[in-house]
Amino acid sequence: MDNNIELQNVSKKYKDFELENISFNVPKGCIVGLIGENGAGKTTTIKSILNITRAEGTVKIFGKDSKENEKEIKEEIGVVLDDSFLSEYLTAKQVSSIMKDFYKNWDENKYINLLKEFNLPKDKLIKDFSSGMKMKLKIATAISHNPKLLILDEPTSGLDPVVRNEILDIFRKYIEEDETRSILLSTHITTDLEHISDYIVFIEKGKIVFNLPTDELLENYGIIKCSKDDFTKLDEKDYIAYKKGKYQYEVLTSDKNVIRNKYNITIIDKPSIEDIMLFYIKGEK
Amino acid sequence: MNIILSNSSGIPIFEQIEKAIKEAIFSNELREEDMLPSVRSLANELKISFLTVKRAYDGLEQAGFIKTIQGKGSFVAPKNLDLIKEEKLKEIQGYIEKIYDISKISNISEEEIKELFKMIFEEEI
Repeated sequence: MDNNIELQNVSKKYKDFELENISFNVPKGCIVGLIGENGAGKTTTIKSILNITRAEGTVKIFGKDSKENEKEIKEEIGVVLDDSFLSEYLTAKQVSSIMKDFYKNWDENKYINLLKEFNLPKDKLIKDFSSGMKMKLKIATAISHNPKLLILDEPTSGLDPVVRNEILDIFRKYIEEDETRSILLSTHITTDLEHISDYIVFIEKGKIVFNLPTDELLENYGIIKCSKDDFTKLDEKDYIAYKKGKYQYEVLTSDKNVIRNKYNITIIDKPSIEDIMLFYIKGEK
Repeated sequence: MNIILSNSSGIPIFEQIEKAIKEAIFSNELREEDMLPSVRSLANELKISFLTVKRAYDGLEQAGFIKTIQGKGSFVAPKNLDLIKEEKLKEIQGYIEKIYDISKISNISEEEIKELFKMIFEEEI
């Protein structure tokens, strides 16, 4: 078994939204980022994996069916959801005594060390924490039972760049400690993913648009900037989408080397994940 | 060992890593049997994807510069002088191609180029 999570044709129908045949894997040792607009289906996907939302299709975690082995599997997962947490009228120290009852493998020493490492006070009420501190506490709580898999919904949104970087370092360390672990995280802050994810799954309107290695997106994709004349010479199968401007055309290609060899085009910029996402959503085809 | 990556150079990141490690091997900073950092730790350190580092290591292994032992890690392979020479010859060929291009555009003859080469080599002595 090489994947910690396998999704196959996961679908969920709501009145005004549908998640359609979502299939992707989270390989061992890898960090997978789930991106998409607000309301694209990221949270529904995560909640389906965790069986919080009852969806059709199969979800396998550690090679086992997630519905049939829910209890056993959840012992081995750390989860951070947007809206989940214990009472704000607890201290970080009190959280530990509660978690001890939840998880067989709760490691109090590890938790206390993490609090120290993250500069979190043990005896202050959580309600007086900053949002960055709250997120770090959630993550400390999620990894102190040494889970094999970490699933996080928007762990960096609303946080300043310094805290976001600290959090990314926590994830890097978590994976390096044991390379059979995996992380699945959803985010709309795509710059974070450029520096941490191995694969990116892009969801739009409940469907997967692409599922690709991050380095392929950053190395092979390109944004052609050219005149209208040059644009009309491009073969339709050589580009994904384009934006028409008054003075120039911008065209997204998935293989800039093909463009370089085939056409006389000189300006091909390196796109960010955000650029790619915007072309897929807003570009013309 | 220095691995300095540029995002704007246009050279793919995995090639930049390959080059940095090769340089370290050529300059004897990395010696035979030295262990390379694990793929994940190098990826974390450089803040890039684990697959990018893996691609660089796979390339180095295919070219015979390193060898990977399952479960143990990657090590510098015994130095192959032919390999190094071949690598350097390739680099020189690249420069000569540039010289060729410039001479074609500016109508400089083969004889004149050869004369220049001779002059430079003789200066050495």
